[in-house]
Amino acid sequence: MLRPVIDDDGAPFWKYAARGELRVQACAAPACGEPRFPPRPCCPRCGSFDSEWRRMSGRGRIWSFVFPHPPLLPGYAEQAPYNAVVVELLDAPRIRLAGNVVAAPDAPLNSVAPARLRIGAGVRVVFTRDGLPRWRLERA
Amino acid sequence: MATLKDKAAIVGIGSTAFAGRLPESEKTLACRAVLAALEDAGIAPSEVDGFASYTMEETDEVELAKAVGAGDVTFFSKVGYGGGGSCATVAHLAGAVATGQASVGVAWRSRKRGSGPRPWTNTTAQLPTPAQWTRPFGLLRPVDEIGMLARRYMHEYGATRDHFFNVALACRNRANQNPAAMMYERPLTREMYMTARWISEPLCLFDNCLETDGALACVIVSAERARDCRHRPVYVHSAAQGLPAQHHGMVNYWNDDPLTGPAWTAARHLWKQADFGPDDVHVAQIYDAFTPLIPLSLEGYGFCGRGEGAAFTEGGALEIGGRLPLNTAGGGLSEAYVHGFNLINEGVKQLRGASTAQVPDARTCLVTAGEGVPTSALLLRS
Repeated sequence: MLRPVIDDDGAPFWKYAARGELRVQACAAPACGEPRFPPRPCCPRCGSFDSEWRRMSGRGRIWSFVFPHPPLLPGYAEQAPYNAVVVELLDAPRIRLAGNVVAAPDAPLNSVAPARLRIGAGVRVVFTRDGLPRWRLERA
Repeated sequence: MATLKDKAAIVGIGSTAFAGRLPESEKTLACRAVLAALEDAGIAPSEVDGFASYTMEETDEVELAKAVGAGDVTFFSKVGYGGGGSCATVAHLAGAVATGQASVGVAWRSRKRGSGPRPWTNTTAQLPTPAQWTRPFGLLRPVDEIGMLARRYMHEYGATRDHFFNVALACRNRANQNPAAMMYERPLTREMYMTARWISEPLCLFDNCLETDGALACVIVSAERARDCRHRPVYVHSAAQGLPAQHHGMVNYWNDDPLTGPAWTAARHLWKQADFGPDDVHVAQIYDAFTPLIPLSLEGYGFCGRGEGAAFTEGGALEIGGRLPLNTAGGGLSEAYVHGFNLINEGVKQLRGASTAQVPDARTCLVTAGEGVPTSALLLRS
C-alpha cells in the first residue's frame, strides 16, 4: 500500500492526523481567515503568508465515489473492487478530502457494501493506526 | 492589437502505423513521422528551424534535429501536462512563424504506450504534490480520478451510461471507416458496452482510450509560405491554452466548481479571437482519453449549456450527418491514443477533404487537448 509522499506544505496535516486530529490549513490574517486545501505557502485570497491549522469536526458528506477494479497496484488489487470517495467537510464545504469509507478504522478498503454508498451520505472521520484518515458512515 | 488569426498554417502531416506493439524505438518512430510530414508538405528537412513538443515525450529536439537533418534551429519549446499540451505545440509554432522567430516549425509526438509501461505503475518516481492527497486512498490511475468527476456529473445532471456509450460508439463507428485505426475491424454494440468489465465504476473498459505505439507530426509555416506547399493550407484561425484559477490538475476536487475544467478557460480565449462561434464549427476533434471528457468539453467549448453535454450526445449528434461530427478518424478511444496528436492530423485531413469519414464541405474544425489537465485548443479553417 502507498504511503503519502509528504511535502513541506502538507507535513502539518499528516502530523496532526497521526494524533487523530483532522486539521485544515487556514489563513491566519485577522481580516481573512479563509481555509484552503491542498495546503500552500500563501493565501490565494489575500496573499498573507501567515497560516494556522484549524481543527475540523470531522463530519462530512460523500461528494462522489468510484470502485476501482484491476489492473491495480499490489495491495490495492487484492482488495478490489474497493471504494474511493471524495468527502466534502461540513465545517468548510469547499474543502474536500479523498479517502475511503470503511466499517472500522483499520478495516479493509472493501469492508462496506458498495450499495451503501450514496452521494450526500453523512460520514465521520476516523484514523488508522498509522495515521491515515478514513471515513465511517454516520448511519452504520 | 496583433493577433495570430490565420497568420500560420499547417501544411504537412505524417504518422507511423498504430499498433499495440511496434518494433522500432520511440526515437525512430518520431523521425519517421517527422520526415513523412515534411514530405507531405514538400519542404526539405534542412529548412526546419523550429520544434515544439509536450511532456512525457522521450525524444528531445536535439536528437530529432540531428537525426532528420534539420538546419540551424532558432525556436524550440516544450509544453507541460502531457495530453493537455498537444494543441499548444501548434499554437507555439504558429506564434513563432507569425513573429519571425522561425520559418518552418515541426510539432511531433512519439509514444510507446502500447508496449511500454503504464505511467501510474511507477511508484518510485516522485509524485506531484496532489498525489499525497489521493494515491494512498487508492485513486491510482487517471481513470479513477476522472471516474470521480464522472459520477458527480451523472448525479448533478442526470447523465447516464448511455450518454457515455454514445461517445464510445461515435468514435468506434468512425474507426470502422478508417483502415489505419486500431479498431478498424472491431464494431461496438450497446450490449458489448453494457456488459463490459468495470475499470473504475462508473467507467467500463469502453470508456477508456486505447494503449498505442505510434508517432505523428505536423509542419507549420506562415500563410504566405503555405500557398506554395503541396496541399491546401489549413490555417490556425485561433489558439489558446487554459489553466483556470484554483485548478489542481486531473484531481480537480478542491475549487468551487470541479466540473468546470480547463476547457472553459481555453474556450473563452479561443472564441474571443475568432471570426466565428460554436454554431459554425463543422467538425470537432475533442480529446477523448475517457468518454466523460466529451460532454464536459461540449459544455466548456460552448456547444451547449452547463449540464447539457450528456443530452447533446443523443439522437446521433456526434455521428456523420449529426449536429457535430466527432473524432472522425476514431479518436483516442478507437483510432489510437498518442496523447491527442492524431486529433490534430485528422482535423487537417477534414479541412483538406481527405478524411476516411469526410464531413461534406467541412471548412472549420475545433481540435482540443486533454481536458481535466491544463489544456490547449485550436480552431482550424481552410
